[in-house]
Amino acid sequence: MTTPEPLPPSPRRPPALRLVDVACRRGERVLFTGLNETLGPGELLWLRGGNGRGKTSLLRLVAGLAAPEHGRILWDDIPVRRNPAFQRDLVYVAHTNALKDDLSAAEALAFLARVHGRDASPAAVRAALARFGLASRERAPVRSLSQGLRRRVSLSRLALAPEPGLWVLDEPFDSLDIGATTTLHEVLDAHRAHGGSVLLTSHHLPLSVDAAGHALPAPRTLDLDALVAAQSAATAAGAGAATAPAGIA
Amino acid sequence: MNGAVFAAVYLRDLRLAWRRRVEAALPVAFFIVAASLFPLGVGPEPQMLRQIAPGVVWVCALLAAMLSMPPLFAADLADGSLEQLLLAPDAALAVAAAKAAAHWTISGAPLVVAAPLLGLLLGLPSEELPVLFVSLILGTPVLSLLGGVGAALTLGLRSAGMLIVLIVLPLAIPALIFGTGAVAAVDAGQSPSGHLSLLGALLIACGLGAPVATGAALRIALE
Repeated sequence: MTTPEPLPPSPRRPPALRLVDVACRRGERVLFTGLNETLGPGELLWLRGGNGRGKTSLLRLVAGLAAPEHGRILWDDIPVRRNPAFQRDLVYVAHTNALKDDLSAAEALAFLARVHGRDASPAAVRAALARFGLASRERAPVRSLSQGLRRRVSLSRLALAPEPGLWVLDEPFDSLDIGATTTLHEVLDAHRAHGGSVLLTSHHLPLSVDAAGHALPAPRTLDLDALVAAQSAATAAGAGAATAPAGIA
Repeated sequence: MNGAVFAAVYLRDLRLAWRRRVEAALPVAFFIVAASLFPLGVGPEPQMLRQIAPGVVWVCALLAAMLSMPPLFAADLADGSLEQLLLAPDAALAVAAAKAAAHWTISGAPLVVAAPLLGLLLGLPSEELPVLFVSLILGTPVLSLLGGVGAALTLGLRSAGMLIVLIVLPLAIPALIFGTGAVAAVDAGQSPSGHLSLLGALLIACGLGAPVATGAALRIALE
């Protein structure tokens, strides 16, 4: 049995996430195919696409919760589902907040920290909650918190992650007010300035506030709608070329 | 196995059960009410009650354990906790084991404590009560472990409660036979150690196999 202990900060250069020819299927429907993408240290990738296009499915593939239909998802050139280092580097904030109604905000956050091998000491948890403006609510039961406050508790996990790793965020700005949105932007910028990378979905363009004056790479966009449209156009052209000789004959 | 995850999940489940004490006490309440229906149903003849007492206590314990199974993983699936728990590649086994251990502590142990009282109620002689107690100590963890497999296999299905019972009850038959057999052996003037040894072997086998199966089922449920 191992004991939970905070991870020491490491000086190593954080690795990159690589998606190689990834295809995703939900039930009978193939959502997208042939997705190639690289997300390097300090980069932010904004995942776009209409409802049901597979944004959340892609995030779950990256988090290693599901296996891709085809292709590989690599962290440090090792598949994410077989990479023990990936779990240490990953923070995945899903659409659900993963908070238990009967726990207090601090208990709920400490539990997630403990499970993921982060620093779950009361001081660290308090500091993380304070970062998202929840200092006065740490003892409040999650049940009593509004949707926006719950989102903030869930996002406080980002403030607990000392390593520059990969953050995978599913609609992180949902139900946040202006103040918390600014805080999240600042936290994201600080993370990228330390060499971390971010993959997120959002209805709005994630801005780089860059108040601290870091020279951060501009946010990039990955549009699943465009990917699917380009592929169906290519398939149609391919099919047209294949049937053309028959048409001539 | 990931010990940190095991400890975190186990302690969290105990804390959650403590915050919902009334809900956690429902299985043992069902156990007592269901077992005390038998004297009313089959009649108050002491000889008859004494003979069926081990079977009644065991079947009621089995049903009480199954009734508390459906929310075992379903609540964690609904609020996203399960996804977070299974992010680590090696965590599924620890989660499965911790959940079964917590279920036993919350639902199984009270059944074990209440069983001798029910035995008294049904007129079981006092020399058979310790054997009933020991048989349930060995048997109820088997039910929690098997129930975990059922709960994980039916995760996300609408009629999960009924399916869990249908999946697990046939698997629990050996535990039922050896558990009641141990008490019946004392009644017949024989040693219960053979039955209890087999029950112990069953517990070891389930302890080694069930969490692996539960973990695999959880992974499939999340895909």
